[in-house]
Amino acid sequence: MAGDAERGRVLYESRCIACHSIDHDRIGPRHRGLIGRKAGAAAGFEYSGALRASSTVWSAKTLDVWLADPERLIPGQRMNYSVPQAADRADLIAYLMRAATPKGFIQHL
Amino acid sequence: MNGHASLNRRCFLTASGTATLSAAAFGLIAGVPRLAAAQSGSMGRDVDILNVALGLEHEAINAYQLGAQSGLLQKPVLDVAVLFQSHHKGHRDALIATIEKLGARPVAEKVLAEYARALNAGSLKNQSDVLDLAARLELGAANAYLGVIPAFKDANLAKVAARLAADETMHWTALAGALGRHLPGGALTFGA
Repeated sequence: MAGDAERGRVLYESRCIACHSIDHDRIGPRHRGLIGRKAGAAAGFEYSGALRASSTVWSAKTLDVWLADPERLIPGQRMNYSVPQAADRADLIAYLMRAATPKGFIQHL
Repeated sequence: MNGHASLNRRCFLTASGTATLSAAAFGLIAGVPRLAAAQSGSMGRDVDILNVALGLEHEAINAYQLGAQSGLLQKPVLDVAVLFQSHHKGHRDALIATIEKLGARPVAEKVLAEYARALNAGSLKNQSDVLDLAARLELGAANAYLGVIPAFKDANLAKVAARLAADETMHWTALAGALGRHLPGGALTFGA
């Protein structure tokens, strides 16, 4: 499902912003560079053992499974916040694909 | 009125009073199982959620501290910010008491400078900037607390999250009014 990145930005601002930001580690890790990064691997952030031990690599597909039920994908995780609606997940992922690219990375359209 | 209603700013500007932290904390944890019961069950996930919540409260306390110290807030807005900070201190105290009652270690508060960096506090230029940051954090916290309610094993802890969400929603509503923003036009906009 192709997501709406602009709606995803609004969802991010209302649902994710308590713990996350694109460029700073807060309660949760920063999202800059998320796509293609191994779970539990943002340097400097203190992850749960479950995230550090996971072999998951973040992609649109794995993010969709994670957001639907984090505990199902990585038992022992600490996020525990899920996004039940598939359309909302698609929009959030579209936003993250747009906003969380590594600095200096030029996305080819 | 095209589906929206303006919030009277007095809702924010006339808020006053002091929080009764100890009473709130004791009331919040009254139904929480004691250490022995907690250890015999699968409460580890619940404790993890509570510690994430505590991290949120640490950040909120420090965000209001940054706002109060910035010199950008004028009375009576400053007084309300301090009041909201006291609510978050009440949440913090209640969460710490609950986590300890469950036999776990509460997550520690960071230093103020770390919160300032993470929240990009250097970009705050006026009172509206401070209120906007606070409103964004309060809305996010309300939705976060509502979002984790189904994940709790213990119904008493789920109720704790619901009560925290109610406080954050109250804060967001007052802040939105102070910023001259509209109330949500539709029902059930929080926790969706």
